[in-house]
Amino acid sequence: MATTPATTPATTPGQARDTHAVRVRDLRKSYGDKHAVDGLDLDIERGEVFALLGPNGAGKTTTVEILEGYRHRDGGEVEVLGADPASAGRTWRSRIGIVLQTSNENAELTVEEMVRHFALYYPGSRDPDEVIAAVGLEEKRRARMRALSGGQRRRLDVALGIVGNPELLFLDEPTTGFDPQARRDFWDLVRSLRSDGTTILLTTHYLDEAEQLADRVAVIASGRIVALDTPERLGGRMAHRARVRWEEDGVVHEESTDAPTPLVVELARRFGGEVPGLQVVRPSLEDVYLSLIGDVEDAAAELARSTR
Amino acid sequence: MTTPATTPTGAATAARPHAARTPSVLGLGVARTRIELREFFRERDSMVFTFAFPVIMLFIFGAVFSGDIGGGVSFTQYFTAGMIASGIALSSFQSLAIGIAVERDDGALKRLRGTPMPPAAYFLGKIGLVLVTSVVQTAVLLAVGRVFYGLDLPTSGDLWLRFAWIFVLGTAAGTVVGIAYSSVPRSSRSAGAVVSPVVIVLQFISGVFFVYSELPGWMQNVGAVFPLKWLAQGMRSVFLPEGFASQETGGTWALGQTALVLAAWTVVGLLLALRTFRWQRRDAG
Repeated sequence: MATTPATTPATTPGQARDTHAVRVRDLRKSYGDKHAVDGLDLDIERGEVFALLGPNGAGKTTTVEILEGYRHRDGGEVEVLGADPASAGRTWRSRIGIVLQTSNENAELTVEEMVRHFALYYPGSRDPDEVIAAVGLEEKRRARMRALSGGQRRRLDVALGIVGNPELLFLDEPTTGFDPQARRDFWDLVRSLRSDGTTILLTTHYLDEAEQLADRVAVIASGRIVALDTPERLGGRMAHRARVRWEEDGVVHEESTDAPTPLVVELARRFGGEVPGLQVVRPSLEDVYLSLIGDVEDAAAELARSTR
Repeated sequence: MTTPATTPTGAATAARPHAARTPSVLGLGVARTRIELREFFRERDSMVFTFAFPVIMLFIFGAVFSGDIGGGVSFTQYFTAGMIASGIALSSFQSLAIGIAVERDDGALKRLRGTPMPPAAYFLGKIGLVLVTSVVQTAVLLAVGRVFYGLDLPTSGDLWLRFAWIFVLGTAAGTVVGIAYSSVPRSSRSAGAVVSPVVIVLQFISGVFFVYSELPGWMQNVGAVFPLKWLAQGMRSVFLPEGFASQETGGTWALGQTALVLAAWTVVGLLLALRTFRWQRRDAG
């Protein structure tokens, strides 16, 4: 588990420019007196799947939309594929792919027409037929957009996002509203894109999705990155104490320990074999995430109280 | 369920280097026009109403008002010329203002903005759409006017030329003002309610539903600010007998002024459209 080569490889400053798909320093953006993004730093390596987690209103969408060139920042440095999104032109846009969060388009065009048309925008686009097959919409190629189900529409969104053969793909909550099978199919699609060398920035509310797909996970809260690591190690998860649970005399006992194994051995000896109701629980990514978010909210509340 | 995702590896690696052959703006403008037209003709309800509305109005007014209005011209002839002008306003100003407001609201514009499609190609597509639909619209009205109301088609090349420049200037003004006005509705649901009354009111004060010279003076002055009055008058100069010019407010067709007013609206509308155009909803920061 700890062997995944997901942490940042060491680079000399001269190389950094080439290996980074995204580089953000001290990014700031305010709406009125609300600091949506408040000094955020971010590095995304080329070829990695990077997940951005965070509650609504944490600054996730603002950050991603600044990277995509939809919004202007108030301060800080941003480089996406070596260019500043605020001023980058067509050539830069042809190297990125964007799958937005919501679209309610009711186009009378068919899946095939949409994908073929969008392919025209890009200098080095993929074969539209293969893209349609890749997102699993072959049977719907002649269906009009308005006749698609929610999940099929989302897959069309993805098809339109990847038809330009992007080096960097933004996926904003891509599987919201998917049934479990559709989600697994979609994950396979993301993995295949990754194996083609596409860098992917994924924002999601689903922690299992981040765990499944991401090489690295960042948690954003109150406009900053509060934790950043591989999904396995996020928030020092490996170092977190494990909880050992068992039943004894009809009562559930629980003990937190850094070293669960000796305890289990000791229990096994005491029971002379099988330990009734034995569980060794490590905090899940969700536990870690919630405690990170909770810490930030507590700190914010604390700050609000002390400055009042 | 459909087949699970397969790997698009082959296509991906083959096409990876982004070659220099960036698609041309003009080529993409043509592609946009095709897509816009395809969509327009598939949205059958909206298409039928866009084309049928002026024709239905023509039949209603033709049936109710049948008298002469002087100069040997019947009200139906007068009205037909006005309806051709209205048709241009509908298929340029109204259809663009509503159509773009809907595209902005449902996220279609935002999606386009995230691609390397040059904005000029989008607008070329809209212009192409307006040109084709206005020509079809006008042809339908001319045919109906000719068959049912004895509308005289121009016989001289000069008159056709005049028709052409008035048509082009009117369409251009309606197009750019429609693009600019599309930013006024706050959502796609309000678009119809915010846009349609503009053309309806203008039709009353611009000499379409009523004879312009019979309107109260102040109303004439208000109408004369807007392009539809000049477009309608220009169309009368093409389709009504030359002698009818004396019945117009100034006693002439005022073609020079028509050209000036339509050109001014085109320039102002263009500047406004360029300054105010947004690819996202207003609530998006």
